[in-house]
Amino acid sequence: MLSKREKELIAEIWGRLTPVAEDIGSDALLRMFSTFPGTKTYFSHLDISPRSPHMLSHGQKIVLAIAEGAKDISQLTVTLAPLQTLHAYQLRIDPTNFKLFSHCMLVTLACHMGEDFTPVAHAAMDKYLSAFAAVLAEKYR
Amino acid sequence: MVEWTDQERSIINGIFANLDYEDIGPKALCRCLIVYPWTQRYFGAFGNLYNADAIKTNPNIAAHGIKVLHGLDRAVKNMDDIKATYAELSVLHSEKLHVDPDNFRLLADCLSIVVAAKMGSAFTPYVQAAWQKFLAVVVSALGRQYH
Repeated sequence: MLSKREKELIAEIWGRLTPVAEDIGSDALLRMFSTFPGTKTYFSHLDISPRSPHMLSHGQKIVLAIAEGAKDISQLTVTLAPLQTLHAYQLRIDPTNFKLFSHCMLVTLACHMGEDFTPVAHAAMDKYLSAFAAVLAEKYR
Repeated sequence: MVEWTDQERSIINGIFANLDYEDIGPKALCRCLIVYPWTQRYFGAFGNLYNADAIKTNPNIAAHGIKVLHGLDRAVKNMDDIKATYAELSVLHSEKLHVDPDNFRLLADCLSIVVAAKMGSAFTPYVQAAWQKFLAVVVSALGRQYH
């Protein structure tokens, strides 16, 4: 459950990160591939070397989707409907991987924001990313 | 047997050599209690955990955080047999403290976040991978004696 204050905090943080979406996104992806090598199996068709064009564009896509959802968290199911379909019927990424990516995104945020990534911000962000992942997996079955 | 490359050993030792246990320990434990509030169930006797500020200023929590980090120190000094080093601790957490082993992972994740916030860009994906490998071994060893 996200409080009103938490939703504001989340929207504010992602609003600030939108201009550097490709940096944040590609960093989180690279952390995930390094720490959890099994996740690379979904990317055999892309060049996932650090800061490759594929990584930057893909990272940007992901962060922009997360930022878009953050603008109105109560409408997540509506906002993510097309992505739900994509993940359920085409990508079919095992949802456990969403947790792994979320964790790496939190690490990226910690590195990027330092002390500003307070425990309260961390808690709010973790809850948001969990909700985001859950909605993304809704059409799986 | 866990295999460690020279680079991984150097990364882990390097991080711990530069870690202020008195600062990072309390921060990691506080973060765990705030981000995963259900972990507070194990700290009923520690006093006021009513909100984030209370947790952050609670001296019992801070002392415990330091204790936990010193416990990790033993794993760093015995990287080639963490399982044996932690056998007793594992029994303690299981038989006496009755801690759900999933909590070890939660605390480990919070510790990673705290270290990442401190090290910034120095906590590269490569460093993170080595660090998390180390914590995964610790977490596994702590849960090993549960039955």
